[in-house]
This record gives sequence, structure tokens and C-alpha cells, in this order.
Amino acid sequence: MVDVSSATRGDLRLTRITKTYGDFTAVDDLSLTIPEGSFFALLGPSGCGKTTTLRMIAGLEEPTVGSIHLGTTDITTKRPYQRPINTVFQNYALFPHLTIFENIAFGLRRRGIKDVDADVNKVLDLVELPHLAQRKPTQLSGGQQQRIALARAIVNRPALLLLDEPLGALDLKLRRQMQIELKWIQREVGLTFVHVTHDQEEAMTMADTIAVMNEGGIEQMGSPADLYDNPKTAFVANFLGQSNLIKGRIEGTDGDNLVVDLFGQKISMPKSRSHAVDSSIYAGIRPEKFRISLVGTPTRGNVLTGGHIEEVSYIGVSTQYQVAMPWGQELMVFEQNDDGVPPFDKGDQVVISWEPNFTFALRGDEDVEAGTEVAPDDLDEDE
Amino acid sequence: MSSILSKVKLPYLLLLPGFLFLFTFFILPIVNLAQTSTQTPIANGDTGQYEQTFRFANYIDAFIENREQFARSFIFAICATLLALAIAYPLAYAIAFKSGRFKNILLVLIIAPFFTSFLLRTVAWKQILGEEGFVVPPLRTLGIISESTTLTSTSFAVVIGMTYNFLPFMTLPLYASLERIDPRTMEASGDLYANGLTTFRRVTLPLSMPGVVAGTLLTFIPAAGDYVNAAILGNPNSKMLGNVIESRYFRIVDYPTAAALSFTLMAAILILVTLYIRKAGTEELV
Amino acid sequence: MTKVKDATIPTIPLQARLSRWFGRNLIRIYAVFGFTYLFIPVAYTFAFSFNDSGKSNLIWKGFTLDNWQNPCGAPEICTALGNSIKIGLLATIFSTILGTMIAFAIGRYAFKGRSTSNLLIFLPMATPEIVLGASLLSLFLVFQINPGFWPTVIAHVVFCVSFVVVTVKARIASLDPRLEQAAMDLYANEFQTFRRVTLPLVAPGIAAAALLAFSLSFDDFIITNFNSGTLTTFPKFVYVSAARGIPAQANVIGSAMFFLALAIVITGQLISKKTKVSK
Repeated sequence: MVDVSSATRGDLRLTRITKTYGDFTAVDDLSLTIPEGSFFALLGPSGCGKTTTLRMIAGLEEPTVGSIHLGTTDITTKRPYQRPINTVFQNYALFPHLTIFENIAFGLRRRGIKDVDADVNKVLDLVELPHLAQRKPTQLSGGQQQRIALARAIVNRPALLLLDEPLGALDLKLRRQMQIELKWIQREVGLTFVHVTHDQEEAMTMADTIAVMNEGGIEQMGSPADLYDNPKTAFVANFLGQSNLIKGRIEGTDGDNLVVDLFGQKISMPKSRSHAVDSSIYAGIRPEKFRISLVGTPTRGNVLTGGHIEEVSYIGVSTQYQVAMPWGQELMVFEQNDDGVPPFDKGDQVVISWEPNFTFALRGDEDVEAGTEVAPDDLDEDE
Repeated sequence: MSSILSKVKLPYLLLLPGFLFLFTFFILPIVNLAQTSTQTPIANGDTGQYEQTFRFANYIDAFIENREQFARSFIFAICATLLALAIAYPLAYAIAFKSGRFKNILLVLIIAPFFTSFLLRTVAWKQILGEEGFVVPPLRTLGIISESTTLTSTSFAVVIGMTYNFLPFMTLPLYASLERIDPRTMEASGDLYANGLTTFRRVTLPLSMPGVVAGTLLTFIPAAGDYVNAAILGNPNSKMLGNVIESRYFRIVDYPTAAALSFTLMAAILILVTLYIRKAGTEELV
Repeated sequence: MTKVKDATIPTIPLQARLSRWFGRNLIRIYAVFGFTYLFIPVAYTFAFSFNDSGKSNLIWKGFTLDNWQNPCGAPEICTALGNSIKIGLLATIFSTILGTMIAFAIGRYAFKGRSTSNLLIFLPMATPEIVLGASLLSLFLVFQINPGFWPTVIAHVVFCVSFVVVTVKARIASLDPRLEQAAMDLYANEFQTFRRVTLPLVAPGIAAAALLAFSLSFDDFIITNFNSGTLTTFPKFVYVSAARGIPAQANVIGSAMFFLALAIVITGQLISKKTKVSK
């Protein structure tokens, strides 16, 4: 039996966790601290080890080496039912033979709580489904099942709530709505949420902190804005949104800025935003940070000349351009349709410009394709 | 119009030959058996000649005369069913959840013993449990059974034989219903503070009830009507109802009694099965 | 912040590992015992097919290949085997045809009387074999038909049909109805759809049903005993000779059937696996 209310609270610490299955290393020497009360997301493509990590925290898998602490308690080898941790499973895993009420009461009863009515009803109110208490799970819609799965977990007031792709089975509109609701519920109940997802938008909408995982390790960790504005690797740059990565060379410094040569054109960027190790770099700029202007009109900030519009796609809120540059690369530019300026046409000779502060620099030996070839609908985790 | 008509008729056309056959060779014989069960011997007739006199007392006579064999049939069948369940459940569980890529091979292995004649296997048990087999001598040496105790020609051997014979009938439906369970529901149970035993009792077992019901029925029904195991592995004091029916037909040529016994057996099985399904159904079935 | 390379790697205590290994594998260990129980008599039968036993094959007397070289050595045994195979094949053909038709009717169409049909299919399976056998014999006696070859075939079809229906129906139920709709969309009429799409997809189910029917028929004793009269089948041969000792040739035939059937099933699985991959 687990005393969820007081015993083990505090930060969750994973220390040098490795998990191997035969020859395959699912998680490779991972260390991580998840602060109490935060909404934490593990983000990555399928097979990156995020679900394995989650299952080790839940106790459904045991690390090959390494330890897991909750507060000061070592829970590495504790069985799932000995941990004050609950999970919202992918596809919910509601018990088909029990009513909604009994599904939610399941954990309370196992912990020896006799009077469960008040707690169950309270949490049913929280997820706004009190009228479904006596139904069976198969009679519920996907969105309702999702909320019941959440209710079944949080009714135990665990030290840690794990969410394994909880919204994957819902359609887009419902998913957006649930994202906002989940965030609200997390604030309401004040629990630590650890959310596993492959959907970068979902992670960015909900989480305070995101750890981007790739090939069993953490690529980068930080707030959504940090990760988006200043990615450290090509994988993060490409996996979170889109990036233009242009091969370049650091020519020198100018105060707090670096002077960078991009195929013969000089630009500048803050020193602090370079993650390069030598002078060979990739300069990265997000497509919406670029501005396009016709040749001859005034520009400011960094400028790249010699491009022409190759492709125009009208998206509604914005227009997406592909601009062919003299060195053979096509750059992606997103322009908001908010200034009444008529869009550019295919074949227009244009100049691209942007604020130097938006530039980031990656190591020159990076694989610029990393993180781009991920199928967004691929939900299956290899285990 | 004509295509609609043919669509309505088609299922009946497909059913016709099969149901005609089943009607002639299944329903009709059962009706005929019912008729036979109330006949009495023709006065001054030969052995085996009977006439219809609607003597329902045949049933009472047959039951009273053979109540021991009756009781034995059901007790043996229940024992064999429970034993088979105890052996088959973990087996089916292991195949469904713990066998990985060997799943198909293991399933073949479950049915593989079928491919050797069941009579040969029953006779093999007679030899295995016999005086020269490899079970009795070690047990004697260890003092677990006494010098005079034998394992063959006992009720114990009959139950073991039946358990063995119907084990695949128990295992396959259990496997089928266990395999349908989403393993995540069992993980969810562990996640919600249920230990292994509680998870089994509250989640796995209730969800596999359809398989338990199907498996126990598929074992119990043939076991209750069996007489081969009793004939090969038993003794005169472990005879089952099947043995009586068989000898009434072939040795004594007492068709009415045999028919009455067959009907009573069928009725008893039906009543038991109905009660059982109702009990299992209302409590646990999804 | 993310990687603490200098921290020592914590290890998990051996005792915790062992207890979890045991917990995880307990059921596998149990399963090994279960399979052993299943195969002891099969192994015994196989081993004693090499016994240099003479007439009664009860005690191990020495290794010989004679029984395998001369499987028909025991009187009557190959006649009995031949009868079993003939009856099995005929019962399989009839029950597969009738059962498949019923399965299509029940599995593919909604019609009045469907649940009654299901009940009629279930009843023979719920009837004890001895009742089936005895009732059929009574009917044959009323019509003064002597028990023998054809009554046995008929009796076998009765109990095989239901198993065929259940097996084929399961296969039909697992078919995606959209495949047939797609075929019709691609200009196949009802018959062509059945011939080119439905039948090939259901075929593995029919094959499995036929195999099941044959093995049920081949191995049946109780119903056969009631309806075969003086005709000997292989199970009858074994039953009759059980009292005075079964010749080792019976073990040879039993073992050969075992390996033959195993080979057929494994080949079938390999073929289905191959076709799955090539899709």
C-alpha cells in the first residue's frame, strides 16, 4: 500500500539511466531532474526512448543501470503499485468490465480507502462528466474516455502524473481543446505532470519545460521559447518548427557579435547564440523571421541578395515563399498577410533581410536533415 | 427486383442442404431417442424388440439403478474440468503474454498431441502410471505411496486421463480471450496500486471470463459423457454413465434404458450449463 | 544540466533483480511443466514404437526398427487405418462443403432465423458424443439400416459440420467488408467478387476447417463405435487391442500421423507467413 498523500514528494531525479533490449539501446545514459509542480514534456520522434523513459518512471520497466529518485526516496526497483505515480495511458486502458465510477475508484480502493464516493464525484466534476458515472467505457466517446483516464489517475493525487501520448487518438480539434483543458487541470490540482509526445505543437502549448529526446538521449532542454528561438542542434531546429540552415564560416568578431560569411555575403549575429565549436558553422534563421523585399527597396539588419521567388503558397494567415538563392539553396520565408502589401509573384527578384538577433549558429559538421524526416502521425513507439 | 429477391433467398439456399442434413441426422435421431426412451419390451418378443407404451417410469428406474454412475460422471467431470482449468490458465496466459515470437509455435504445440490418436495417448497413461512406468517406482522408493497402492485402475487415473484429454479444449478458448485483453489494462491496474494478485483477481480474470466459460464447457460436456478413460484407466468401481449407456446398447440390448439415460445425461448437462452460464454471466461477463 | 557525466552510475541490487526475474518468469517455468505434461504420452508412444515387443507392447524389451519397416505387420491394422482415412476424407469433404455454405449464410447475411440457425449449429457441439452416437444408431435401427461404413461417414459429418461452421465463420467475420465493396467498385459483379476476392481470402479458414474436420473424424472413437458395426477403424483397433496389449505398429502409425500433421501445419504457417510478407 502506498501513502500517496505525504510520504514521497519532491523533484524526480533520473541519474545516468540506461535501458538496453539485447543489442538495442533504447535509453542511453540519461540524467534528468523534473522539478515538483512543473508541467514537463518529453518530446521526440518514435523510437527516441521517450516512452521507455516514461515506463521506467512508472515502474513498468526497470533500468538496466542507473537510479530513479522521487524526493529522497530511491524508487528504481519499486513495483508500479508501490510508487505514488499514476499514468494516463496511450489509448487510455480503461477497464472494460467496470463502470466509469469503478474505474475511477479502482486506485482508491486498492489503497484501502473505504469511502470513495466523495473523491470520485469530485474528480468527475473536475472533468465535467458526472452524468456518466454508471456507464461502461465502451459507451463513451474518445474524448470522454480520455478525460476518464485522466480522472482515474488524478483522483489518487499522485506525486507525479505521467501522460503517455494522451491525446494521440483524438482528432485535431478535440486535441487542441484538451490541450488547454489539461493545462488548466494541472494548475488546478497542482500536480507534477510529465507528458510524453511526438507532437511539438502539443508540447509547446502545454509544457513549462521541454526535453527534446533523440536516439535515447536528451538533445536539449528548456522552456518552449528557448528551444524554438535558440536551438542548439540541427535536430532541435528541425523538429521544433522549420529552420533555414545556411552553411557559413565565422570570419571574426565585432564587440559582442560574430561576423559570418555566407557564400560571400557578410552577416552578423550575437556571440551568445553560437553553439559552434570552430569557425565552420550553419547559420539558422526561422522562416517567419525573414523579410522579403524587391531589389532596390530599403532594408535593415542582415541582408542576403541575389534571390528570386521560386514558389508561392497562400495559407490564409500567411504566405509561404521559397526563395532560390545564388548558391543553389532554397530558403523558406513566411510572411504574415497583415500589411495589405500585395504578395510577391513567382520569378520576382528579391532581397532577404532579418534582425541579427534572430540568428543562431550550429556546428558546421551537423546533419542538416536531422529531425526533418519524421512522420507526424507515427504514433508507434518501438520497444 | 429479381436481384433483391435472390438476395433474400440466397442465405436460405446456402443453409438448405446443411440444415436438411442436420435435421435428418441430428434432430430426427434425438426425437427418435426420446421416443425410444419410453418404450417397453414386447410381450413374448425377442430380445431387442420394443413397443411404445409411454412409460416415463423408465427414467426413474434408470436413474435409481444407475445413480452411482451418474454421480461419478459429474464428480469426475467437475474434477477434470477444475484440474484442466488450473493447468491451462497459466499455460494460456504464458502463450498470450510471455511468448513473444514463439506464440504461433506454442499454439501449434498445444494442439499437436491431438495428432496422435487419443486412445493411444490414454493407453500410454495406463503404462506411465502402471507398475513398470516411471511414476510409481520412484514414488514407492520415496515412500510417498505404499507398496500396495497402485495408480492404474483407480478413479484418480480416470480423472488424470480426462484432464489430459480435454486440456487443449480448455487452453485454446482461454488463450483466445486472454489474447484479446489489452495488456495496458493490466499495467494500468499495477499503476493504480494493485499488486500482481489483485490485478489478476480484479482485472485479468474478469476480462478472461468468456474464455473460462467456453473452456470449462468444452471440457465439462465431453468429460461428463466420456467412457473411454473409465474403460481403459478405471476399474469396475469407477464406471461412469457412458459405460452404462454403452453396455446397455451393445451387451444388454436394453435400448429404452440407454435412451432414457442418454436423455437424462443431456438434460442434466443442459441444466448445469444453463445455471453456470447464468451465474458467470450476471456477475462478471462484459 | 542534462548530463551528469561525472556522477557514478548507480547499480540495482542483485537481490531485487533476482526477485523480479523470478516474478517475471514464474509463469514461463510453469508453462514448461504444462507442455511436459502434454507431451509425456506422445513421447511415450513414440519411444515404444521402437520397442522390440512382440505381441504386447507393455514393457521395454529392446530397440528395433522392425516396427517402422513393417507398419502393417500386425493383423488388421492397415485395414483399420485405411478405413479411418477413407471415412475421414469423405466426412471432411461433405462437412466442409455443407459447413462452408452455412458459414457464409450466417456470417455474411442478416436474415430471419439467423439466431435459430446459430443455435442449431451450437447444439451438436453441446451434445455429449455418446448421446449423438446412440441417437443415430437408434435411427438407423428404426430404418433397418445396418451400421457400417456409410452410417459412420454420416455420423462423422454430423459432428464435424458445426466445427467447420465455427472455424469458417470466424474467418469471414475477420474480413474487411470494404474489400468486397472495393472489388465491386472496380467493376467485379457479385460472382466475380466472390470468386476473385472473398473466396481467396476465406480459403485459409476453409483449409483450417477441413484439417480440423479430418483430425476430428480420424480420431473419433465413441460415435464410430456406435455406428460402425463390424467395420474396424484405427481408434477402434486400438481400443479393442488395449485389453490384451497393443502391437507396437499402432505406435508407429500414431507417431507417423503426429509428425505428418505437424509438418502440414508448420508448412501451412510458413506459407501464410510468406504470403503475408510478399503483400
